This record gives sequence, C-alpha cells and structure tokens, in this order.
Amino acid sequence: MSIKLGDMSYQDRIEKGIENDFMREAVSSAQGRFRNGRLTQAEELGDWEDWRQLGSEIRTHTLENLDYYLQQLSEQVSKRGGNVFFAATAEEANAYIKKVIKQKNGKKVVKSKSMVTEEIGLNQQLEQMGAEVVESDLGEWILQLDEDPPSHIVTPALHKNKEQIRETFAEKRGYDQSDSPEELAAFAREQLRKDFLSADVGITGCNFAIAESGAITLVTNEGNARMVTALPDTQITVMGMERIVPTWEDMEVLVSLLTRAAVGQKLTSYVTSYTGARLEGEIDGPDDYHLVIVDNGRSKILGTEFQSALHCIRCAACINVCPVYRHVGGHAYNSIYPGPIGAVLTPLLDGYDDHKELPYASSLCAACTEACPVKIPLHEQLIRHRQIIVEQEKKSPVTEKIMMKGFAQWASTPAAYKLSTKLARTALKPWTKDETIKNGPGPLKGWTDVRDFPAPAKQSFRAWWKERKKGVNQ
Amino acid sequence: MVIHNHDAFLSNVAAHLGRPRRTSGVKRPTWSVRPQDRVFAGYSKEELIAVLKKQCQAIHTDVVEVKQHELTQALTDTIKRYEGKTVIAANDKRNALYGLDQFYEQLNEEIDVHIWDAQLGKENQIIAERTDIGISFSDITLAESATVTLFNDKHHGRSISLLPKSFIAIIPKSTIVPRMTQAAQQLHMSVEKGKDVPSCVSFVSGPSNSADIEMNLIVGVHGPIQATYIVVGD
Repeated sequence: MSIKLGDMSYQDRIEKGIENDFMREAVSSAQGRFRNGRLTQAEELGDWEDWRQLGSEIRTHTLENLDYYLQQLSEQVSKRGGNVFFAATAEEANAYIKKVIKQKNGKKVVKSKSMVTEEIGLNQQLEQMGAEVVESDLGEWILQLDEDPPSHIVTPALHKNKEQIRETFAEKRGYDQSDSPEELAAFAREQLRKDFLSADVGITGCNFAIAESGAITLVTNEGNARMVTALPDTQITVMGMERIVPTWEDMEVLVSLLTRAAVGQKLTSYVTSYTGARLEGEIDGPDDYHLVIVDNGRSKILGTEFQSALHCIRCAACINVCPVYRHVGGHAYNSIYPGPIGAVLTPLLDGYDDHKELPYASSLCAACTEACPVKIPLHEQLIRHRQIIVEQEKKSPVTEKIMMKGFAQWASTPAAYKLSTKLARTALKPWTKDETIKNGPGPLKGWTDVRDFPAPAKQSFRAWWKERKKGVNQ
Repeated sequence: MVIHNHDAFLSNVAAHLGRPRRTSGVKRPTWSVRPQDRVFAGYSKEELIAVLKKQCQAIHTDVVEVKQHELTQALTDTIKRYEGKTVIAANDKRNALYGLDQFYEQLNEEIDVHIWDAQLGKENQIIAERTDIGISFSDITLAESATVTLFNDKHHGRSISLLPKSFIAIIPKSTIVPRMTQAAQQLHMSVEKGKDVPSCVSFVSGPSNSADIEMNLIVGVHGPIQATYIVVGD
C-alpha cells in the first residue's frame, strides 16, 4: 500500500461508503464518543486554550528549526549505539530496511501500528523479499488478515463489525469460538504472543522523537509497541521527519494533548520512551537498533503556506468531528490519511493528480480547525487547496468550468439575470416539493443527489428591496 | 554507530525553510503559556493520593494504601487474590529497604519466585512470559493519570511489567507527583546535567486494553490483564 488506497474513483468510494449502513452507524457512534471524551477531558484539565497554544508554539518552533533538531536527534541515537538512516524517498527507506533485515537473516517481522510504514508501502516490500510480517495492533492485525486498508488513524478497523471479524479469524486462523469481543481478543492475544516471542525483527513508527536524548516515544493502549521494542534483537523505528520535539518537557505536553484529543484519555495505558540499543547487561530491548527518518515529500511542504500541516500529531480529533467523514467513512478518501487532515496532507505528499477531489470533501464548517489540539487552520488550508486546484493546477472538472463561465456571463448581463431569477421558481416547479428541489434537472442533479437545495423564493431580493423602499414591507 | 545521508537530507530541509543550515545556537524559546504547572499545584501528598485513587477506578486498577510494615501482607493478599503460583520481581535496591528480600525468600517456599538476574540473559524473558505476576517499584508516580513510571535497566527488565498476566506496582508515597510534567522535568534536568537517561522509560497506567472491536473496551489484549497498585507510606 502507498498513500493511495486503490484505483476506484472517489465517486464510487463515496457511494460505497454511504451505502454501508453498519460503517456509517459505527463511525457516527465512535465520533460521538471520541468527541465527548475530548471535550470532557479538556474541561477537566482546564486552560484548554492555553494547552493548545503551547502545543502550537512547540510545533512551530520545532518545524522552524527542524534541521537542527534532526541533527541533534541523530547524534544522540548514534551515541547510544543506534544507526540512523535519513531517507529522502519511500524507496530509499524501504531499501535500507530490507538491507538490515537481510543482513540479520530475518524471517519474521513483528510491527506496531505505524502510518508512515503504510505510507511507504513497507509491508509489501518485506513480503516480496520473503519475510513474514505481523501487524500486532489488534485492529491492524484484523485488517491484515482480511487484506483491508485502515479507515481511521486511531481505530483502524472501525468499519468492521464483530461478526465480520469472527468470520475472518475462522477463515484465516481456524477460530471456532463466538463473536464476543472478549473471546476474539483472547484468541488474538494467544496468536500474537507466539509472534512476539519468535520474531527476529521489530518495527515501529514514532509518535514523538525527543531530540535532546535520542529517545523515541510510542503511545499505545494495548502494549504491543512495548512487546515489539522489548523482545526482538533487531529493532527498526520508522519516523516521518516532522515527528520530533526538542525535549522531554515538550514531549510531555504533546502526549497530554494527543491522548486527550484522540480518545479522551488522560494518558494511554502505555507511553514508552526507548533510546538506542540496550545497555550492557540489559536483556530486553534490541542489541541492533536502527532509526529511519523519512522525508518522502514532507520537505516540499516546509516554507510554504501549508507548513503548519506538518504540526499534525495524528490524534484524529479533526476526523472525529467531521460531518463529511461521518457520512462517507475513511475509505472514501482513497488515502491512508482520511478526514480533514488527510484532505490537506494527501495532495501535499502525493500531488493533486490523484487527489484533487479531496479538498472538496469538506463542508468548511471549521469544526476540524476548532478541534485541532495544535491549532492547524485546516479549513483555511482546504480553501487554499481549492484555489490552487482551480487557479494554478487548472484541475477543476470540465463541467464546473463550463458552469462557471456560463455563470459569469449570466451574472454580468443584467437583463438575463433579471429575467431568469423571475422565471426560476416557475421553471423549477416540477422538481419542487415543500420548498425544496428534489432530484433536480441538469447540473443541479449532482447537488440534489447529496444535498438539499432550496427552491427559489416567491419574491426575489431585488423585488423585495424595491417594495421595501416604497414602504410596503415596513 | 553510523549516520547515513544526513548532510544532503538536512541541507535540503534548510533550503526549503529558506535559510542556511542550523547546526548550533538554537534555543528553545520561553513559551508564552505554561498551563501544565498549574495542574494540582500545591496539592499535598494525601490530596494527590486521592486523585490517584479516583483515576485508578477509570483505568480498571485496584489500589490499596498501606504503611511500610504492612507492605508484605498487602503483597501476600494480592498474590492470593490473583491466584498467583509464580512471581517475577525486579532486582531493585529498594527490595532490601522495604524488607522484600526476606519476603521473597519466604514466599519462594510456597510458590516460584524469580528475581530478575542479568546473568541469566534471555532466560529472564522466558520466565517472565510464563509467570503469573510481575512486581515492580514505581520510580515516579503520576497522580493525574494513575501512572507508574519505570526506569528500566539491567536489574529491572521491561518484561516484568509486560509479560505476566498480572502486574503489581509498589508505589512509595514519596514518588507521587501531580502529573507527567514533573517526570518530564526530571528527565530533562538529567539530560541538561549530562547524565544518561535509562534506555527505556515506561509510563504504565493500569492493565493493557483495546477498543478495536466495535469500540468495546477489552482488558488484557497483549500485556497484563489485571493490575494493582500498593501505595506505601515512607
């Protein structure tokens, strides 16, 4: 997998999402719980706007000095017995990771959940070289067995119900018990324990790298990342280059924001900070450690008006409040990064060619901007994307171009404008019911298929204004 | 150890930021706000223990408070409650201070007790995986989130709090602080003073859990299924 999930068109994915009743209900319910959790925790903590301000300042300063902090990080990791590889592209990152595994004659790789490894398509690369790759996060493991992409950053298997999960376990692993979540999870525990204990190589992502000491911090509830980092003798951390903070104090602030904004927890069950290779006499942890720092298009965002998109701490708070995501689900975005942050980031990382529809998958209600714990102006960046798509990329749909041209001519011809506004109500009468146009004609159909369109008013504004001036409406 | 490709990579980053590469002289600014210092500021240890106890309910963790001379009894009771037949504990200097060396010796007459032994190498992990209960001292305890902070080292393997079915954390009262802020400050100060921080710092808040199946909370997906904190007056 890469950033793009597949070749199905956005329109088809959206329709598929809208038709999936279970997914829509699950997403809606999850959004409600996550949103309420976040709001409750923010209120209980107090000073939430100060916390957001602090988070934003830390991210801004770090990004503005990213080269300095990445150098400090790499030196600290190296000092603690780790190797560091700076990868400009996905190909470079994958080649290095494959080389390490080959050198170790690694057969089995156990992983904890990582978006950046999804982004660079690491699993497929490792499987092609003959390694067995096991995703250890319960949600990711379910999706891996079912060969299905994630649909949410924090809860990747949100779109699946327990009956489907039972079926997958039965088909792929011979599971023969009930569909109760407890039994399903107990089965996964038993299966994955064997993998943790027999893996040659552990691979994780990175929530926050701490530049001052070279520590990598992982935030999980299940403890799978602790397993992955404690047991195999070879360990590889893959981090997007922006996932870094200057000090332990800054890590603490961002973790506090992350866990609250993501799932409404004060802290997750496990926050684990590990540094380089294990020290002399230690038994847990790797004796061979590698940190792979990935650019893969991120540097192109630096120094642009979109730089603050790199502040993202992957909490999914924006996803959890988005009305569009609620209706279409994660897969409709056709990107491993769904929701508002996905709509901003995906075209930046992967270009507009395959993702020009994404900035339009937003109601611009600004709920995402309000929810973001590090104050990324998401809806403003979506508007800016739209401007670029239309003005610079010239990628707006042909029908839209024709319509806009027509609108410009019509609106700049007073007689045509006056006549058509007068006739509009009558012309649209066959499609009007209860002051709303259903299944509208021509270009209106695209709109009325998915949104309400009010019927033209009985009286035009100009007519109303004329009468008002005469004193009729006063 | 080797650092690959850093010059080209970091120069590219600096170029996109529109300036020459920065290799020194960067100072963290004084942030305009510090809300973290205000959380539970001025709380006494007793008030912080109350905060911790309340949070333990939210994270499915039992908590008891005992005086130092009652610790071994509290441990015995918890081990019995968990029906533990095997125990693994860190080779912690505090074992002697709290009378646990003797306690573990006596306990070993009834059930298997393994004290982490660096000389045994990977055998420790194998023992931890088949052991019922892991026992660790907390180095810094965060009241707000009911978190024990474990500085793992060669005498205190990460597996102790991870692989057994149940986890018991002994929390000396003196280790309790308001929140993660104070733990992070301590670690930051260590770095500033040029001291090495542990190779692994584990912040553990109760048992392992997941909500990946239809958002149902399931305890014990990978790590311990149950956890107890014993707060000890010191």
